[in-house]
Amino acid sequence: MFKIVSKKELTPNVKYFEVHAPAIAHKSKPGQFVIVRAKETGERLPITIAGSDPEKGTVDIYFAEVGKSSTELGMLEEGESILNFAGPLGNSVKIENYGKILCVGGGVFVGAMLYQIEAFKEAGNHITAVFGFRNKDHVMLEDEVKAVADETIICTDDGSYGEEGMAIVKELLEKNKYDHVFTIGPTSLQKHLSDMTKPYGIPTMVNLFPIMVDGMGMCGACRVTVGGSTLFSCVDGPEFDGHEVDFDELIMRMRVYNPQEKIAMVVKKMEDEQ
Amino acid sequence: MAAFNKPATDMPKQSPEERVNNFNEVAQGYTKELALQEADRCLQCKNPQCRKGCPVNIDIPAFIALIKEEKFIESAKKIKEFNALPAICGRVCPQENQCQKFCIVGIRGEPIEIGRLERFVADAERNAGVETPEMPEPSGHKVAIVGAGPAGLTVAAELKKKGHHIEMFEALHVAGGVLMYGIPQFRLPKEIVQAEVNYVKQLGVEIHLDSMVGKLYTVQELFEQGFEAVFIGSGAGLPRFLNLPGENLSGIYSANEFLIRTNLMKAYRFPEYDTPIKIGKNVAVIGGGNVAMDSARCSLRLGAENVHIIYRRGKNELPARHEEVENAEEEGVIFTLLNNPVRFHGDGRGNVKEIELIRMELGEPDDSGRRRPEPIPNTEWRIPIDTVIIAIGQSPNPIIQQTTEGLESTRWGTIITDEETMKTTLDAVYAGGDVVSGAATVISAMGAGKIAANSIDEYLQKK
Repeated sequence: MFKIVSKKELTPNVKYFEVHAPAIAHKSKPGQFVIVRAKETGERLPITIAGSDPEKGTVDIYFAEVGKSSTELGMLEEGESILNFAGPLGNSVKIENYGKILCVGGGVFVGAMLYQIEAFKEAGNHITAVFGFRNKDHVMLEDEVKAVADETIICTDDGSYGEEGMAIVKELLEKNKYDHVFTIGPTSLQKHLSDMTKPYGIPTMVNLFPIMVDGMGMCGACRVTVGGSTLFSCVDGPEFDGHEVDFDELIMRMRVYNPQEKIAMVVKKMEDEQ
Repeated sequence: MAAFNKPATDMPKQSPEERVNNFNEVAQGYTKELALQEADRCLQCKNPQCRKGCPVNIDIPAFIALIKEEKFIESAKKIKEFNALPAICGRVCPQENQCQKFCIVGIRGEPIEIGRLERFVADAERNAGVETPEMPEPSGHKVAIVGAGPAGLTVAAELKKKGHHIEMFEALHVAGGVLMYGIPQFRLPKEIVQAEVNYVKQLGVEIHLDSMVGKLYTVQELFEQGFEAVFIGSGAGLPRFLNLPGENLSGIYSANEFLIRTNLMKAYRFPEYDTPIKIGKNVAVIGGGNVAMDSARCSLRLGAENVHIIYRRGKNELPARHEEVENAEEEGVIFTLLNNPVRFHGDGRGNVKEIELIRMELGEPDDSGRRRPEPIPNTEWRIPIDTVIIAIGQSPNPIIQQTTEGLESTRWGTIITDEETMKTTLDAVYAGGDVVSGAATVISAMGAGKIAANSIDEYLQKK
């Protein structure tokens, strides 16, 4: 069992846990993930690691309550324990001094992006951070990223806070010469960004989170076509060259269980009401 | 010689019509009367041949003699001197190719149903409450075991009984390995696997779950933590795909994913359990082994109407156990033999809609001695399908090989070991089970585990 040392509610559906998991805290690196199961009947949820403190023995995660299992995870309180917490899984992002880099994070994944940014800063990079959210109610970690990145831009889909949409990224790419681009966020955002950087020939690393079950290379649910070959996100990734990923296939594969997700939520709601 | 004339005693089974609607165990086990009747057929040979066929060398005549005396618990304990997991082996061992193949009674009649008897006494002991055997004084030696599947559990039990301190590291959230994630509930109830795992824990073995060696700790770090020897039994869990066009369409599962969702995550109880599974009306299972039979039979139980086994050779060449093929046939699985998939066609929205096959014929025997299947030109045809399960085999899990310097493996990814000791190319590191042999049987993994346990014990004694 893994104790929740602290819990915060950041935006209407995003929760933060600091979890006591000393062995993972010792090993974890940016880009890696954990598989989390809140209770015996729960799914194995892959969640990207957003930080770790080896001395305290804790690991940070941010997650959005989007389905039954993640909603039930979010119901756990500070001091309570998570049943299963396995990691660190997947490969880490290659941290080195690339020079001038652009880091684009979206939604709940800005926590994981910030973990990368901190490591990139330490390696000596000049960092422009772009954090995008649905609207002003969903903005999170603004002060934290500003404290680390050399330049920070916040955008929202509806323009209710900061810049409107992704137009600013296009401008940044026009005006600056970036050596490398890193992104983690909704798959549509990662695809869009990869499309934008391709004409400029800037290496663009994406961090994918397809449907997974074991997260340990056993099921192949997370297979993704990269440069024409089928790879497993869990053990070959989750970081890949964004210009080589078949995003359309990935997005279709991620929708498979949408009907079942809805059924599970409806049943849960009925049970809660009883 | 009455035994030669009496047929083997049948084991009660759920009828096919009934069992396709549930995940309860198909074979229901002998009653006391049936067990006694079957045990009575055993000749108690002075020079028993059956033991030669047993990878863990169980004293078969001795345990059957105890059944004849109605000493069922003692009988189970006799088996456990050789095999820590009899309730599992009694259910999933291919006895027809092992002990029963050599049974003297089997020369002129039907061999003794050794597996069914093993299962009977193991169940009797479990129902009575398993006692912990007397344990020796602690030796002071520490051994780490990677992977809590059949090989690892065997090594753990054997070494614990010799007084060593044993800790197991299991990547998944539950111990048991393929017994939990692979073999379905209706063939091997998970409660029984957990009871056997609990026996190993009862002996004093510590099991760390959620602990993937290679990621959380490397093998080198286990030595730094004070372990003096490491056994790697990480299994063959990497699914193989066909590499055919359309294989990434939605609705196409590896057998591993399909079985992990169904068995380990209990998707057959969705939405009580959160993990979903999508099963169509028409299912194609590619492959002819036990995993293919398991996938086909799970599909029927999940509600599929037409389930095809698609295999490139003929019926006589099916690698699955005869009993499993028979069960699948009784349940209505359609055997589409001498056919091989060519590509998958989608519905335009990313879902699989049809499988395209080509008819095959058997040519000259290949290296394996089996006749090589060859495609018959221009015989492509299609079946409408909404779920495909690819059951063409698994390769060893690669993470430990990739993260352990000096640990050599073959080009198939299996860890290289000395056959007599199961020692790897690294000092004090041993390996066994599917990670060494490639995907094989539970009992062969246990046999390898026994050899490794003896070698590790010898190594520790000499230290």
